[in-house]
Amino acid sequence: MPQIANIVVSVLFDGLAYAMFLFITAVGLSVTMGLMGFVNLAHGAFAMAGGFVVVSLTRSYGIDFIPSLLIAAVLIGLISVRFEKRLYRRLYKSTDLEQVLLTIGLAFMAIAAFTYFYGPIPKSVPLPHWLEGDVNLGFRRFPSYRAFLIVVGAALIAVLWYVFENTNIGAKIRAAVDNRRMAESVGINVDRLFTLTFAVGSGLAALGGGLAIQLFGLTPSFAVLYLVLFLIVVAVGGLGSLKGTLLAALVIGIIDTGGKYAFPVAGNLFIYAITALVLLIKPSGFYGRE
Amino acid sequence: MSETKPRTSAFFEARDRATDYLVRRHHLRWPEVLPWLVAIACFFLFPNRMTFGSQVLIMIMFALSLDLILGYAGIVTLGHAAFFGIGAYTVALASLKLGWSEPISGLFGAAVIAGLVGVVVGWFILRYRGLTLLMLTIAFAAMLQESGNLRSDITGGYDGLPGLTFDPLLGAFQYDLYGHTNYWYALAALAVVFYLVRRIVYSPFGQTLTGIRENVRRMHSIGSPVHRRLVTVYAISAAIAGVAGALFTQTNAYVTLTVFDFDSSAKVMVMLILGGTGRLYGPFLGATVYMVLEDYFSKLSPTFWQFGIGILLVLTVLFARRGLLGVAEDFVRLRLSGRAGDAAPRRLVWKPEHWKALGASALDGAILGFLIGFAANLSRTELMSSFVAGTPARAFIFTLGGAAIGAGINAVYLLITSRSAVAGAAS
Repeated sequence: MPQIANIVVSVLFDGLAYAMFLFITAVGLSVTMGLMGFVNLAHGAFAMAGGFVVVSLTRSYGIDFIPSLLIAAVLIGLISVRFEKRLYRRLYKSTDLEQVLLTIGLAFMAIAAFTYFYGPIPKSVPLPHWLEGDVNLGFRRFPSYRAFLIVVGAALIAVLWYVFENTNIGAKIRAAVDNRRMAESVGINVDRLFTLTFAVGSGLAALGGGLAIQLFGLTPSFAVLYLVLFLIVVAVGGLGSLKGTLLAALVIGIIDTGGKYAFPVAGNLFIYAITALVLLIKPSGFYGRE
Repeated sequence: MSETKPRTSAFFEARDRATDYLVRRHHLRWPEVLPWLVAIACFFLFPNRMTFGSQVLIMIMFALSLDLILGYAGIVTLGHAAFFGIGAYTVALASLKLGWSEPISGLFGAAVIAGLVGVVVGWFILRYRGLTLLMLTIAFAAMLQESGNLRSDITGGYDGLPGLTFDPLLGAFQYDLYGHTNYWYALAALAVVFYLVRRIVYSPFGQTLTGIRENVRRMHSIGSPVHRRLVTVYAISAAIAGVAGALFTQTNAYVTLTVFDFDSSAKVMVMLILGGTGRLYGPFLGATVYMVLEDYFSKLSPTFWQFGIGILLVLTVLFARRGLLGVAEDFVRLRLSGRAGDAAPRRLVWKPEHWKALGASALDGAILGFLIGFAANLSRTELMSSFVAGTPARAFIFTLGGAAIGAGINAVYLLITSRSAVAGAAS
């Protein structure tokens, strides 16, 4: 039955591309939450801001798509440092509730501000030629953009894995996620570590936001619309775990794509059902600490 | 070693004071009459805004239900709209499918169904805390919404179920165009619910909840059945939210799946926080202020209003964690305690770290200015292109302007605060 095989391959491919977007955007959230236990609901807003920076750079400045992505990631990463120093730092020791309120307030402000400047209509970006159309992988053709997304995702996973597992800074992050007090008492400056990971995480979110434009179109409500998805990936994967975030992104991405293909009316029902199931069985996610 | 110390009179005094407090704290105090007087006065002051008035009362009830679990028991949820929606659909479907359109028994029906769902869901999810609990509450509300959409032949989907009819209230009072009946109906329901909540909060059970919020481990170790207590209060709160939802359907004669929205869960939380959590009258103030502001500003511009909610939240968390009522309380206390210490002369002392603070503000202002300049230059929305020529110079000017404004605001702030610091040092 080649037709069914064809459909399965399509779903897996699209699901994989979707999973890469989820991973790139959510990984920073997972690490910062694991480090500080900080519930950052403004993470989606950084992704959305990154997307709009890409829109502006490509549409109005005439900069190519790929350099725009990089500029957006760096710019948002740098700006996020100011947010961390000014606002987030005050609430490290506060309750979850206060962190939720502050960050959702920031997300609302961001949505309103971007609606004011960019309007509520979905935006698109001009892509370079080599990202349009299909790419032939021998046995069949795939949409180039999604293939590109998968390649970028895989490359980032490799880099992050290397940094996490094989460098000094990665060891420090793992130590601090594992036991913050112990890490501090052996001389790791967790505050500075947090600022760094926060900046990198927000930059990656901005990159994810830029990459998402072609997939979903970009509106200011992106900040809240996809936030729940990022939170699901983080919670299901386990806080602060690279492996967990990747696994959760793959599960959510592929099952959501398959579910929407097979039962389009069910919408996001599958995602929420899986989330509830996983969290009821393993409350701290796939690879989370108890 | 372990012999008990003889109990001194100081011990008995302290115990008597504690007993006194526990005995007295549920007594009615005179300011508690105020909200109800205001509600009645509103009926005579704004007779043609009563439809809006009853919506405010419903949101107060909804926020009150959230206060019970969030403010007293410390359960953080972003999916409380689930129970509001269950109540709303209970009376809608009862009226439509079963022909059960008697309003007051409808409220009881909604309370029972929402409460039962609360027991089941609460039993599953209340073993968890933090992010896991938050995600489970969101997932539950979202699953209800998606399932409702799946069976839009029954629920009417996002188009809703219009044209619901309900029997006249008590068989005598018809619903009028101005919503006068609805207002009194909602006010009476709120009064009953409030009485119940007040009883619960001041009961030993309510005291247990506060204990769980403050220190779960300790409650476990003194043998309190924490999980059962949490499930109980969750179910009660769900039932109240269900009643609020039922009232919502009855007064609007209309319901759509948007009652399950994440936004509506977030909105009720904002109302509660704004008023002040863990206090009985927080929901009254918070919901009223929020609804009135929303009514005014969202007509002006929905975008502007969304920005306003964001600012309200950020400012509340940073400067008024106990809500508007907390601020009012502090103000009154300050007035009552007098200003004896304030007679000391005040002088401005400029410290080196003030320069650093000014620099940081200037940097933040510059970043914001740059972003605005950047967006204004490049986005070319209809709104901005009318006065923005689209030159890079604009971004530069915005950056400088932002820096100046940021530093200026902080300078004013420092002028005020560093003065009082001197007064504090002198005394």
